[in-house]
Amino acid sequence: MEAIARITSRTVVLPIEDIDTDQIIPARFLTTTSKQGLGERLFADWRYDADGRQRADFVLNRPQSEGAAILVGGNNFGCGSSREHAPWALVDYGFRAVISTEIADIFRSNSLKNGLIPVIVDAATHQWLVENPGAELTIDLESRSLMLPDGRSVAFPIDGFSRYCLMNGLDELGFLLENASAIREFELRAS
Amino acid sequence: MTARSLFEKVWDAHVVAPESDDRPAILYVDLHLVHEVTSPQAFDMLRDKGLKVRRPDLCLATLDHSIPTVPVMSLKDLEIVSEPAAARQLMKMEENCAEFGIELHGLASDRRGIVHVIGPEQGATQPGKTIVCGDSHTSTHGAFGALAFGIGTTEVGHALATQCLLQRRPRTLAINLEGTLGPGVTAKDIILRIIGAIGVGGGTGHAIEYRGSAIAGLSMEERMTVCNMSIEAGARAGMIAPDDTTWEYLAGRPLAPRGQDWDRALAHWRTLPSDAGAQYDKSVDIDVSQLAPMVTFGTNPGMVIPIDDAVPEQDDPAFRKALAYMQIEAGKPLSGQPVNVVFIGSCTNGRLSDIRQAASLLEGRRVPDNVRLLVVPGSERVKRDAEAERLHEIVLAAGGEWREAGCSMCIAMNGDRVTRGQLAVSTSNRNFEGRQGSGARTILASPLTAAAAAVTGVVTDPRTLLS
Ligand code: SF4
Repeated sequence: MEAIARITSRTVVLPIEDIDTDQIIPARFLTTTSKQGLGERLFADWRYDADGRQRADFVLNRPQSEGAAILVGGNNFGCGSSREHAPWALVDYGFRAVISTEIADIFRSNSLKNGLIPVIVDAATHQWLVENPGAELTIDLESRSLMLPDGRSVAFPIDGFSRYCLMNGLDELGFLLENASAIREFELRAS
Repeated sequence: MTARSLFEKVWDAHVVAPESDDRPAILYVDLHLVHEVTSPQAFDMLRDKGLKVRRPDLCLATLDHSIPTVPVMSLKDLEIVSEPAAARQLMKMEENCAEFGIELHGLASDRRGIVHVIGPEQGATQPGKTIVCGDSHTSTHGAFGALAFGIGTTEVGHALATQCLLQRRPRTLAINLEGTLGPGVTAKDIILRIIGAIGVGGGTGHAIEYRGSAIAGLSMEERMTVCNMSIEAGARAGMIAPDDTTWEYLAGRPLAPRGQDWDRALAHWRTLPSDAGAQYDKSVDIDVSQLAPMVTFGTNPGMVIPIDDAVPEQDDPAFRKALAYMQIEAGKPLSGQPVNVVFIGSCTNGRLSDIRQAASLLEGRRVPDNVRLLVVPGSERVKRDAEAERLHEIVLAAGGEWREAGCSMCIAMNGDRVTRGQLAVSTSNRNFEGRQGSGARTILASPLTAAAAAVTGVVTDPRTLLS
C-alpha cells in the first residue's frame, strides 16, 4: 500500500444522513471477484437513472466535483453491510478521505485498510463543511488534524496503529504474521 | 475478582496479545464462516503472498448470497439459471475451498444454507466462542453467548492466514428488556423497537448484551432474530447469556461436543453469563408488554413505528427524501397500503419457527392474484424440516412460491428481486434504497405481519387475523 502523510483537496458534499453501504455500492455489483473497477459503480443508483444515464443533479456528476478526493457525508456514514467493496469503490473513484460526524465501525475499519481516511468531526465543523462545498482542506495524519481554508485546525481521532500503518504504507497482516509464535502458544494453551 | 460481563469474559479468553495505545489486541478466532461474496479477494491475497489457510478445520464455508433459489444440482445447471457473474463467483468459491482445503457446503450439500442459519443448526455456533464472517449479520451467533461480529474482506484474509484479527475492544451497552409479549408480537418486533429507540447509529462502537426477563423467555430462534439486527443499530456484536434454552438447542447437533466433551463444555458455558454487578458503559431499559407489531416506513431500519401509529412528520430533508422514495405520506398509518410482494426468509426470519408462524396465517387463506409471495427457507435443513411438517403445502395452496435455501430477495444478488417502484413487505433486515432491487420499496416486518400482508394484499395488523 502507498504511504500517506497528508491529503490536500477540495471537498464534495453529499449531505445525506445515514448513507449506507448499499448506496455506496449496490449489492448487484458484488458478484465481482476483483477489487478493481468499482469506482464506476460508486453510488450507482443515485448517479445514474434507470437507463444508465448520468443524473445531472447528482453532485458527483457536476463538473466542479471532478478531481475532488475528500467526500463529506451527512451524519453517520457507512452503516449497513460489511462489504469492503464500499471503500474499494470510493478509492477506485479517487476519494482518499471521508468526513462525517460519525462513521460506522466496520466501514471505518475497512477504510483504514485501503488508504481511505475516515475523519470524524464535531457538529459545528461538519456544518461548516456542508455549507461550504468545494472548500480546500488538508488532512494531516502526522498532527491528526484537519486544516480549514481560514487556517483553523480541527483535531480528529484516529487509532494510533492504523495511523502508523497508513503513514508507512504497511499492511496489518505483516504484524499478525510476525506474531505467529504467540498465536501458536495461545493455541497450545487453549487446547 | 471484579465482576465481569459476558462480553468481557469471552473477549478476555481470546486475547493472544493485549492492546495498548499504539497496538490493538490480537484476538483469536474460534470459528470463521466463509461465503462466496466477501472471500474471493481474500483468497487472491493469500495466493499473492504464498500463504496457506492456518486452520481450515475452524472454517465453515457455504454458498448463500448469489445462489439461485430454483433447484440447482450441478455447475451445468448453474450456468443455465444464474447470471454469468453470479455463476462465476459461485464456481470461484468451489475452486478456492478445494485449493485451500476448506470444507464447503456447496451445491450438492444437504447442509447448505445462509451462513448465519447453518452455523447454529450444525452446532458449530457455541457459547463462549469468537466467531467472525465477512458479513455484518454475524452478530446473529451472539444469541448463544458467543462474541460474533462481521469483518471486511481484508480481515477475512487475516483470519484465514493467521486465525487472528487486530481489534480494539468495543464499549458495552446493556439493553434490558422486561415484560411479556402480547399475542401476534414477536422477537422481530422487539429488535425493530430497539432500533427505533436507539437509532441506526445508537450502538456504534459497542457490543450489546440483551438482558432481562423478556429475553430469557425467548427460544433460540427468536434470540437469533434479535441478535441478528444488532448491526442495524450500529453495534457489531449483540450477545445473550447462554442458559438451559441454549444447551437444549445445542445438544445432539452434528458439530456440538459429545459425551465427556459435552460435560466439560457445559461446565465452562455455565460460567459465561455476566456476574452480578458487572458494569456496562451504557444501558437502556425497554418494557415490551405494550409492544405492537412494528413496521418500517422509511429507508433505514430506525424509521419504524407500531403498525397502528401514523407515519410521523418531520421537517428534515433526509426524512422527506426517505418518504418520497417510499411514496409514503406522513400523518397516516401504513395499514391499508397495497403491497406487491411479500418476502419471507433471510438470516433474520428464515428459520423453521418463522415459517411456521407465517404458515399459521396463510393456512386456509389465499394470496390475491396481484401479490407475489416468495417463501425462502434459510437452509436446506429448514426446508426439509418445514416440508416434513407440510408447511410448503400451505404456502403453495395459498398461492405462494416455495424455494431452495439462500439469501434471495433479502439482497437481490441471485435474480430474485423486487422490481422498480414495487412495495415489498419483507422479513429481512434492511430497507435501504434499492436493497431488494433498484427502485424497490421495502417495509420490514415480522413473519406474521408479512403473512398478513400477503393474504390481504395490504399492510395489515396480524393480530386482526389471529384465531
Ligand atoms: S440473508 Fe440477507 S442479511 Fe442475511 S446474510 Fe444473506 S444477504 Fe446478508
